[in-house]
Amino acid sequence: MNTPTETARQAVPTTGAHDPALLDGLFMQDVTMLLGDGDDTVRALDSVHLTVAPGEFAAVVGPSGSGKSSLLAVAGGLAVPNSGTVTVAGRPMTAASRRARTALRRDLVGFVFQSGNLLPALTALDQLRLPTRFASAGAVKRDPMELLAEVGMAGKADRRPHQLSGGERQRVGIARALVTGPRLLLVDEPTAALDQARSRDVVQMLARETRRHSVATVMVTHDTEVLQYCDSVYEMMDGALSRV
Amino acid sequence: MHRTVPVFLAVRELRFARARFALMGAVIALIAVLMVLLSGLSQGLVRDGVSGLQQLPVTSLAFSHGVAHDAAFTRSVITLDTVDSWSRQAGVAQAAPFGSALINARSSSGVEIDLALFGVDPGSFLAPKVATGSPLAAPDGIVVSSTAADAGLRLGDTVTVDRLGTRLTVVGVLAEQHTFGHVDVAYLPLEAWQAIHAGAGPGEPLSDRARQEITAVAVRGDDVDLAAGDAAAGTESMTLSESYGASPGYTAETSTLTLIQVFLYLICALVAGAFFTVWTIQRKHELAVLRALGAPTGYLLRDGLAQALILLLAAAAVGIGAGVGLGSLVGGGVPFALDVQAVAVAAALLVGLGVTGAAVAIARIAAVDPATALGGNR
Ligand SMILES: Nc1ncnc2c1ncn2[C@@H]1O[C@H](COP(=O)(O)OP(=O)(O)OP(=O)(O)O)[C@@H](O)[C@H]1O
Ligand SMILES: [Mg+2]
Repeated sequence: MNTPTETARQAVPTTGAHDPALLDGLFMQDVTMLLGDGDDTVRALDSVHLTVAPGEFAAVVGPSGSGKSSLLAVAGGLAVPNSGTVTVAGRPMTAASRRARTALRRDLVGFVFQSGNLLPALTALDQLRLPTRFASAGAVKRDPMELLAEVGMAGKADRRPHQLSGGERQRVGIARALVTGPRLLLVDEPTAALDQARSRDVVQMLARETRRHSVATVMVTHDTEVLQYCDSVYEMMDGALSRV
Repeated sequence: MHRTVPVFLAVRELRFARARFALMGAVIALIAVLMVLLSGLSQGLVRDGVSGLQQLPVTSLAFSHGVAHDAAFTRSVITLDTVDSWSRQAGVAQAAPFGSALINARSSSGVEIDLALFGVDPGSFLAPKVATGSPLAAPDGIVVSSTAADAGLRLGDTVTVDRLGTRLTVVGVLAEQHTFGHVDVAYLPLEAWQAIHAGAGPGEPLSDRARQEITAVAVRGDDVDLAAGDAAAGTESMTLSESYGASPGYTAETSTLTLIQVFLYLICALVAGAFFTVWTIQRKHELAVLRALGAPTGYLLRDGLAQALILLLAAAAVGIGAGVGLGSLVGGGVPFALDVQAVAVAAALLVGLGVTGAAVAIARIAAVDPATALGGNR
């Protein structure tokens, strides 16, 4: 386990037995987020509690509009909740400034998006090289070529996204998310565009990488087929999260 | 943190979307071609309009009081004693009489030619330095612009002034182009100029008044108090560059061209702005993904600006090259002169304003919400 920094201890309010600063993975406590304004506010997250340890692969299921993407946004510092505590490796993701949250994302969080969301102009190898160019000086940077080999894409390193299949794009997306050595991996519906066999491949790969790199992974999915590869499964319902 | 200019993404996008960027580059290059041609045309007009004045070794000219500024060289009449008054002014190093007139003439070889006659005292500082032939001295000798020689006027040719029948002989040719109001300059002794100005034909006696008349006092000096000099001499001074505006058509020509050039720069800024606005909006989702991955806004802004700069510089270089090539094909009948400095300034303005237009569009990057990178209804 990492020794949390002094600043993290000060910045995060501790509550009783749970000291979020001591947790090395994802820690969310009593997180509530309202979206929209006026009469139209939606409780996208309603007192959510969630802990995911390093090396744990957690899945979140739930109907459309229940708040799954909102959960990922808050966990990854893309959005700030109205109340509650969110830490990754002991660092508060609810930092007030955009710049601070960007830096935290850069150093601690990896994202895998629905259809890979690769940049059309870049080859598979360059997709991985780009984040290492703006990573902080002290960040762990993995070798892009080695990571591509790990996801079975070494042979197609020079291809651009339009020359790859959906499953291949998703593998490159996973490798890209891991290239800066994140402590938290957030995955939003990675198999939405894939057939059953490809979906299983991708999720198995996520499970393997989660363990190999000892990263806390949260995956949102509609695909109950793949839940067997996950360590824990949660259900989101109208913004409330419960363990299944 | 990231002090180097990031071009990793910029150059890869330029290569990947090369058709789109080439189209945009072609528009900028065409604007640059137009810019070079206009610059050449305006320099050419300046040269044809006032090169004879530009090469006068004077700092200011004193015309008659109240003369119309746009016709001072043809309308102004003052008397010789104002030269003495100006000589006494503080800071005046030299002052000399100057006469100007536009005439139609015919050379001995039958060439019809318009001339701007500059009457000067052959012993004064205004006397021109000839490249070939001899300097001003003989009462009927003229020294002409190199361009008059190009038009067929040779050393030793005689020129007959229309209506008056006065015969003048080309005794010298100047090294460079000396023109005034698109007409070749011919220097001649002040007395000969006074006779032609007064309308006196060969052998006709000149009145005492005509012997006193000149167009202006040519003044050379540092820190001359023009207002004080004017008050003392009863004249109205213009600095040498102010006097360009008194050359026929000069102000209208240059201001029209300047206006066109200003519009061209604005068009460049707007075109670049419009292109990069569309480009940035198209990339909105990619930019959100990059922001989600932790790309600092500053990194993306610098990358975008570098991309715009590369595109504009490359397009401007191509356009200027093509413009200079086209300019060299322009025939002698068109006033056209390419000046390295003028083209460089114009190119810098073009690229500068293009980047400014692009920058306004690229600034949208800062407003991209990284949360929109997540799938679903965000
Ligand atoms: N910017 C927003 N403004 C207002 N309401 C929003 C906004 N974004 C999302 N919502 C609402 O918040 C709730 C949760 O949205 P969220 O995207 O987290 O759902 P989801 O579980 O990811 O759905 P899906 O499975 O369709 O992706 C929804 O009711 C949605 O309409
Ligand atoms: Mg969603």
